[in-house]
Amino acid sequence: MSVLNMASDAGVVAKRNLIKIKRVPDLLVFTTLSPIMFVLLFAYVFGGAIDPSGGGAGYREFLIAGIFAQTVVFGATNTGAGLAEDVKKGIIDRFRSLPMSSSAVLTGRTLSDVVNNVIVLVVMSVTGLLVGWRINTSFLEALWGFVLLLVFAYAISWIMAWIGLLIPSPEVINNASFIIIFPLTFVANTFVPLGTLPGPLRVFAEWNPVSAVTQAARELFGNPDPNPNAIASQAWSLQHPQLYTLIWAVVVIAVFAPLATAQYRRAASR
Amino acid sequence: MADAIRATGLVKHYGAVKALDGVDLTVREGTVLGLLGPNGAGKTTAVRVLTTLLRPDAGQAEVAGVDVLADPRAVRSRIGLSGQYAAVDEYLTGYENLEMIGRLYHLGRKHSRVRARELLEQFDLADAGDRPTRTYSGGMRRRLDLAGALVADPPVLLLDEPTTGLDPRSRTDLWEVIRRLVARGTTVLLTTQYLEEADALADEIVVIDHGKVIARGTADQLKAQVGGERLEVTVSDPGALTPVAELMGPLGVGPPVLDEHRRSMTMPVSGGVDVLRDALDRLRAGGIKVDDAGLRRPTLDDVFLTLTGRPTDGSDSDIDEPVTAEVRS
Ligand SMILES: Nc1ncnc2c1ncn2[C@@H]1O[C@H](COP(=O)(O)OP(=O)(O)OP(=O)(O)O)[C@@H](O)[C@H]1O
Ligand SMILES: [Mg+2]
Repeated sequence: MSVLNMASDAGVVAKRNLIKIKRVPDLLVFTTLSPIMFVLLFAYVFGGAIDPSGGGAGYREFLIAGIFAQTVVFGATNTGAGLAEDVKKGIIDRFRSLPMSSSAVLTGRTLSDVVNNVIVLVVMSVTGLLVGWRINTSFLEALWGFVLLLVFAYAISWIMAWIGLLIPSPEVINNASFIIIFPLTFVANTFVPLGTLPGPLRVFAEWNPVSAVTQAARELFGNPDPNPNAIASQAWSLQHPQLYTLIWAVVVIAVFAPLATAQYRRAASR
Repeated sequence: MADAIRATGLVKHYGAVKALDGVDLTVREGTVLGLLGPNGAGKTTAVRVLTTLLRPDAGQAEVAGVDVLADPRAVRSRIGLSGQYAAVDEYLTGYENLEMIGRLYHLGRKHSRVRARELLEQFDLADAGDRPTRTYSGGMRRRLDLAGALVADPPVLLLDEPTTGLDPRSRTDLWEVIRRLVARGTTVLLTTQYLEEADALADEIVVIDHGKVIARGTADQLKAQVGGERLEVTVSDPGALTPVAELMGPLGVGPPVLDEHRRSMTMPVSGGVDVLRDALDRLRAGGIKVDDAGLRRPTLDDVFLTLTGRPTDGSDSDIDEPVTAEVRS
């Protein structure tokens, strides 16, 4: 199997997944509505509640990166649900009977989910800008912040792909992935300052990659913690959030891409 | 002539269920093999093994000259599969489905497009070709799935119950398509529940049950194997079937088969019209009201019934007793 064929196969599969976005407008509406809702909800409800000074504006800026991180991680669950649906409907059997590259179905799927996340990030950014979020750095730094968020979500997509093929039931998959996603996105610096967490939870939160990618995005967007008394975490992961995020993403892809591909070869419709 | 499909000793167990229990199959190039068997016999499992979707627990298989276990990808480029349940993407149009399959067979962009339109035309889907398949009827999806198997014009086709859910016209159309392909040298393995279909299309028939081959041969050979003619008696009152079976018993060369739904008794006999005359005399003497009585050649249904001890719908009964063919409504 040549690399060229592999890339073309993945492209064909990605195109097929993207057609679905076009054909089911409701899907696009909800894909974009929920991020808008997240931004408004967290910025006003939580932002106001957490901010000690009561002003909210600084905290709102601070929260945006956390909301971005959480939402793209949620978006990655689509990967698992989509694959589970394909297994159930026999589409995976059809693909497996074709002389295509066996990783292309997964590569195509994870890539089309990146496109999905790009749409989501654009919508959230616009909403964020409307409620007062500002990028206080350069264009390139901000762009790199968005790329880190996407790379991070891409890695999670591969975990979800593996789960989706392991448990090919779209209903179960949602619950199964939330077991992973909720602790990851909430036991982190996304919405609460780490200082408020008790000992062991704080250690988990400090090394939680969601914290790292959030921290990295905050730095790159120029949205620091508005609390003047906040003490920066000394954990290596949060001292080097960009590097830690990248290492984490590479390791996850290196582990889960082969796992998911092996599971794909085994997957049978039931 | 070479064999396009050759499988030996295929075994696949699911827990205690022996889906395949030592199946041997050969299909000569350019012929049609009909794989027949009741529900749960192992037909789909056999097709999945031959199409590289499932690894058998034991046994070997070669398709189009390539070892299925050693080089699955090479097999995939030489086969077309249409599974038991139509596997079409409901969000894509019929055209997009076929074009995608062409691309994944690496036919190239241009050829894939031309081929997709050609097949839509051939399967009477040209008008619906640019609609998402979500809007298709069951039979239209089925036809699109079959077209998918033909995209690369592969030398070997494996079709799992290809005509289930098709209306009579689509069914005979598909038979025509298959006949034309076979005339050009394509090899076809198809499973079916319809004995008339195997009779019409298959050069050779293999009957499996409980994962084992229980008979093989041409339709004529199988019919000969279960004996010559049948005596069939239809009564007005289904309650009279048991006395009829008792009365007729001594005339038969095999056990009578009762079908309460059709109020009929069928029994293998030998001796031609003399037996029929004898049978009618006995029925009159017994005072039984008869709607219809006659002699007929065995159908593949009789073959099936005799070999598996149950009718095609798969209900169980013992072959030594008079067999009651319960037709489920
Ligand atoms: N994935 C599976 N897990 C467990 N048992 C299975 C599985 N697939 C098939 N079986 C069992 O294997 C046997 C053969 O199934 P198979 O689907 O091959 O039958 P079939 O001849 O195609 O039947 P039908 O006419 O109903 O399509 C059945 O008893 C079935 O229950
Ligand atoms: Mg079947």
